[in-house]
Amino acid sequence: MIKTENIKHSYDGKNNIQFPDISLEKGEKMLLLGQSGCGKTTLLHILGGLMQPKNGTVKIGDTNISELGSSALDKFRGKHIGIIFQKPHFVAALTVMENLLLNQKLGGSPPNKSDIKKILEKLNISHKANSRTKNLSQGEQQRVAIARALVNQPDVILADEPTSALDDKNTDEVIDLLEQQAAEHNATLIIVTHDNRLKERFQNRIEL
Amino acid sequence: MNVLRLSWKNLMADKLSTLLSLILFALGVGLISLILLINHQIENKFEKNLAGIDLVVGAKGSPLQLILCNIFHIDFPTGNIPLKQANGLKRHPLVKSAIDLSLGDSYKGYRIIGTTPDYVHLYEGKIKEGKFWENTFDVTLGATVARNLELKIGDTFHGSHGYDDAMAHDDMPPFKITGILSPTGTVLDQLIFTNKESVWAVHDTHGVDPDSISIDDREITSMLLFFKNRMGNVQLPRMINENTDMQAASPAFEMARLYNMMGQGENLLRWLAAIIMVVSALSIFISLFKSLRSRKYELALLRVSGASRMWLFLLILLEGLIIAILGYILGMVLSHVGMQLLSGYLTEEYRYEFTGWLFLQEEGYMFVVAVVLGLLAAIIPALLAFKTNISETLSEG
Repeated sequence: MIKTENIKHSYDGKNNIQFPDISLEKGEKMLLLGQSGCGKTTLLHILGGLMQPKNGTVKIGDTNISELGSSALDKFRGKHIGIIFQKPHFVAALTVMENLLLNQKLGGSPPNKSDIKKILEKLNISHKANSRTKNLSQGEQQRVAIARALVNQPDVILADEPTSALDDKNTDEVIDLLEQQAAEHNATLIIVTHDNRLKERFQNRIEL
Repeated sequence: MNVLRLSWKNLMADKLSTLLSLILFALGVGLISLILLINHQIENKFEKNLAGIDLVVGAKGSPLQLILCNIFHIDFPTGNIPLKQANGLKRHPLVKSAIDLSLGDSYKGYRIIGTTPDYVHLYEGKIKEGKFWENTFDVTLGATVARNLELKIGDTFHGSHGYDDAMAHDDMPPFKITGILSPTGTVLDQLIFTNKESVWAVHDTHGVDPDSISIDDREITSMLLFFKNRMGNVQLPRMINENTDMQAASPAFEMARLYNMMGQGENLLRWLAAIIMVVSALSIFISLFKSLRSRKYELALLRVSGASRMWLFLLILLEGLIIAILGYILGMVLSHVGMQLLSGYLTEEYRYEFTGWLFLQEEGYMFVVAVVLGLLAAIIPALLAFKTNISETLSEG
């Protein structure tokens, strides 16, 4: 489903970071572990099509995303890739439901409230559907972020330090939900983290 | 949730600064539109009331006052002129026709004017009820006078001296209404007509037999002259002003002078309104710019979710445009409702009718200007949104 080859990147033109090749099938999951500054986030941005690597290719399904133009890449990302960030941000002027409806629209799916409600129920947050996102707790916000990554039924879900701001209890819950939902949607799941609490939960690990 | 709706939601999320931009914009638009409305109506009324009058001849004094008094009936007479001299002018070969006016009295704020029905014909006035005045103390009312004072044919009243109701001519026979005119939208609507003899009779000293005063000793307030050709404009004013005790004033010339004087103040107001509009555009720019900084993660996330650069550009551009268009609409409502409210006061002050339910072509041009200003204010923030680097922005957060 996702396959990288020979990815290299450098910010200053001198210090090249060479990333290991990744190859995952539909429904597989993987943990990318590493300390701060090792280029974890860079790799995630490259995988998610948020930046282009200096070298190498990223293939998602049959599409080589390194070859897509700017607006084609925007469309592809909205439809096929769900990304969860360390700190969730939302459109502050909109409610949880409106944020998710907007995401469906941007991902090219028809608006479907009942789908969104189902996802919110599974994530145990449906009672907050009509709240503004800024009135939610960190854990709740992170769950809405997961919902956002799921609304367009992406092929690949990428999560960047999704648990770093959460306590142990919330961490377990969030990771459980992520795994469950990825499995349910048959999506490939990649989690980038330095959080050792997650280590034993994933057999498939790459250390950077 | 399309881009327009999200722009609207974003504006509503920061109601205070949206409101401030909106009010500033509406003030600028409203002020300009109000100036246009007042100006248009005053000039329109003035043009209509000039009615092709070539020259006004009256007593010496301010020429502008002579015009304002005898054409527009919004100022006091400069004095009187001997009828004999006035009649002499009528025989001048360049004079086509003339209308005598005798002023001096009023009834409840409406001027009584001694003249002939020619004056009514000048403004294409028509009798609605009854007939034109014939005998002394017969009067015919303008449409507004009849309506506002609720007078009808056969009613009688006593005039008062000047515009002062306290100085009523109660010892004189009353005026009797014989006719009422249809509305014309001109100065006719605001006047009460009678013949010269009535005005003289009211002012004759008590106990004097009117017939004992020779017609040669009679006076009138002014005379409206119409020339046969343009030579009249060249010769007559000079001749009258230099060789007689009378004064001649050209309505066209005096009005041009008046517009010029009013124009200064009007210009100042226009500039003020333009500055308010520019400041409001600046306020739109600043509030968009500020909100953009606090929303940069939001924008980056929209890109992650599949929004194109163009989509973000439109999102911000529309925020500026919405304020401009709403500000324009609010400004128009303010100016037209304001004009309608003001019209009562202006009517009382100038005895002219004004309305707020009038739309000018210039106001259409102003819409274009408003849209352009809104776009200008939003274009830089919109370009910044267009250029958002997703990866860098998200790494900072």
